[in-house]
Amino acid sequence: MIEKALKGNRSYWIWIAFLISVIGIGLSAYNQQRWFGLTVTGMGRDISWGLYIAQFTFLVGVAASAVMVVLPYYLHHQKEFAKTVIIGEFMAVSATLMSMLFILADMGRPDRLLNIMLYPSPHAMVFWDLLVLSGYLAMNMVSSWAMLGAERKGVPPKAWVKPLIYLSIPWAFSVHTVTAFLYAGMPGRHLWLTAVLPPRFLASAFAAGTALLILVSFILKRTTGFDTGKEARAKLAVLATYAGVANIFFLGTEFFTAFYSNVPTHKESLQYLFFGLEGHYQFVPLMWFSLISGVASIIVLLVPALRKSTPWLVGACSALVLSIWIDKGVGLILGGFVPSPLQEIVEYTPTATEIYVTLGIWAIGILLLTVLLKVVVAVKMEKEQ
Amino acid sequence: MMNEERREFIKKTALGVLVGLGTVSGIVPAFSLEKTVLPLWDEKPVPGKIRWGMLIDTRKCKEGCQQCAAACHHAHNVPDFRNKKDEIKWIWQNPYQKVFPTASQQFVSKEIQDRSFLALCNHCVDSPCTKACPTEATFKRWDGIVAMDYHRCIGCRFCMAACPYGSRSFNWQDPRTAIHDPVTTYPTREQGVVEKCNFCSDRLVKGQQPACTEACPEQALTFGDLNDPRSDIRQLLETNETMQRKPELGTKPSVFYII
Repeated sequence: MIEKALKGNRSYWIWIAFLISVIGIGLSAYNQQRWFGLTVTGMGRDISWGLYIAQFTFLVGVAASAVMVVLPYYLHHQKEFAKTVIIGEFMAVSATLMSMLFILADMGRPDRLLNIMLYPSPHAMVFWDLLVLSGYLAMNMVSSWAMLGAERKGVPPKAWVKPLIYLSIPWAFSVHTVTAFLYAGMPGRHLWLTAVLPPRFLASAFAAGTALLILVSFILKRTTGFDTGKEARAKLAVLATYAGVANIFFLGTEFFTAFYSNVPTHKESLQYLFFGLEGHYQFVPLMWFSLISGVASIIVLLVPALRKSTPWLVGACSALVLSIWIDKGVGLILGGFVPSPLQEIVEYTPTATEIYVTLGIWAIGILLLTVLLKVVVAVKMEKEQ
Repeated sequence: MMNEERREFIKKTALGVLVGLGTVSGIVPAFSLEKTVLPLWDEKPVPGKIRWGMLIDTRKCKEGCQQCAAACHHAHNVPDFRNKKDEIKWIWQNPYQKVFPTASQQFVSKEIQDRSFLALCNHCVDSPCTKACPTEATFKRWDGIVAMDYHRCIGCRFCMAACPYGSRSFNWQDPRTAIHDPVTTYPTREQGVVEKCNFCSDRLVKGQQPACTEACPEQALTFGDLNDPRSDIRQLLETNETMQRKPELGTKPSVFYII
């Protein structure tokens, strides 16, 4: 089936060549990081995680959001999602791969990665996270490839495929819950030490991931003529909207608890991110941009007339993804380190090397997604003819 | 010809004897080059029997004196990069509000505001760092010391995020370039692993006091077994009012302060 990815028009190959060159730049930057150490990044003793772990967190959310099409299609037989479901699953595959690569990029000694499995430590959340992530990657890849293969041959899928898909539904929730537990169990980091973190992770994931799926569906329609259907996009838009509403609601509850209780440790990080702390305002403009674009996109999505218009839908979905990327991919991780355990405010700016590595990993994920979706489109279009 | 063979034979024999001596000194403690025999080690270690702890009498700590940190960092080949981002430190001085940010900050006397307070690994009983470590590279020893295995650490820095005291440092670059006066009694580290205070487990095994405790000209530091009611440290804890850092987090630090 994979041979279908080897036949494409000129723009397909230009796109592939572009992605490969970005991967090349990323690899050379990573080579520099391996040689000189993580000192080439913007991270330091006080802000010891940065862009990489932030991307990891955001992408696990995108991966988990596949459940927003898998669950309605397989459990509730929502036929509108027939053409979308495999796109969601393959998005989950590439997002999971990217998130694992970001963990690898962040490690000081990636050559010792297998130590996590050689010395299994159930008390460490990383151990569970690696288990659920690799399991999720495998089950999504295997089940969606098997479904597509069966569809191509015009035969019903093998008996084991459906149970695997059913298993992937609770697994998707577990993937993002465990990711939230990575942060929510640390006694000294008060921005993360909150029981609302896992539900908020799920809400922001379902909003951003679903909005991204709508955008990918538009891109596919534009570039290949393969249309997953207006009804599917309309339903996804409703799902993204309410997940977005839930996300803003959870953020509001964080604000209430922190500022009404007035407990300094609870409010300092939020204060730093949104209002500035002791003369430091590094993330304030970015966080307000995130909040305003998030709220604005949800308002647009809530109005049926706007939601049904393609330009408005594309605009709102892009704004929602960007808003959550900033909130979860920048604010949440960096904000957790400020103030430091010794009450210091340290600023963080990613270096060029760090940004190149990040772009390189994104390019790997997008390349994988492009190849997988190329096969999907070829198989589906063949069937339609 | 004959001569060469003889020379070769003598060389190999000498090498063999050296290897044999080395092995014997490794296996039989009496022949060891560096004495590691202590009453402590005569019996099998019982987990939890000993809990090493430290009491810092901050009233005795003189401003501008850096002898404890200098002795520690020298004894453990701690690099000095002279920049805050890559900084590695095992023990260092800080003002009151940084070491005790959750203690009362209102109407603190000028004298306390000006005083230096030492910060180091607390060797917590319920240590968040060892819980977060996915490879057991940092772990609780039988005597309460939170130790590091530099050869197992994968450099994920989870322990750094988990530590509520900022006691852990990461080797952002090769530390060996920044060790100005290296010692041969403690290993250097590699790029990409985490390190921190080890309560001088390397010195305790030789029957010595921790380097910082020994170096302090004012005897401000008292090191001892918190589980032994007759130890000096327990006597001082009985007779003085003391503080721990962030006790509200439930980590049960083994480092105490007299303010």
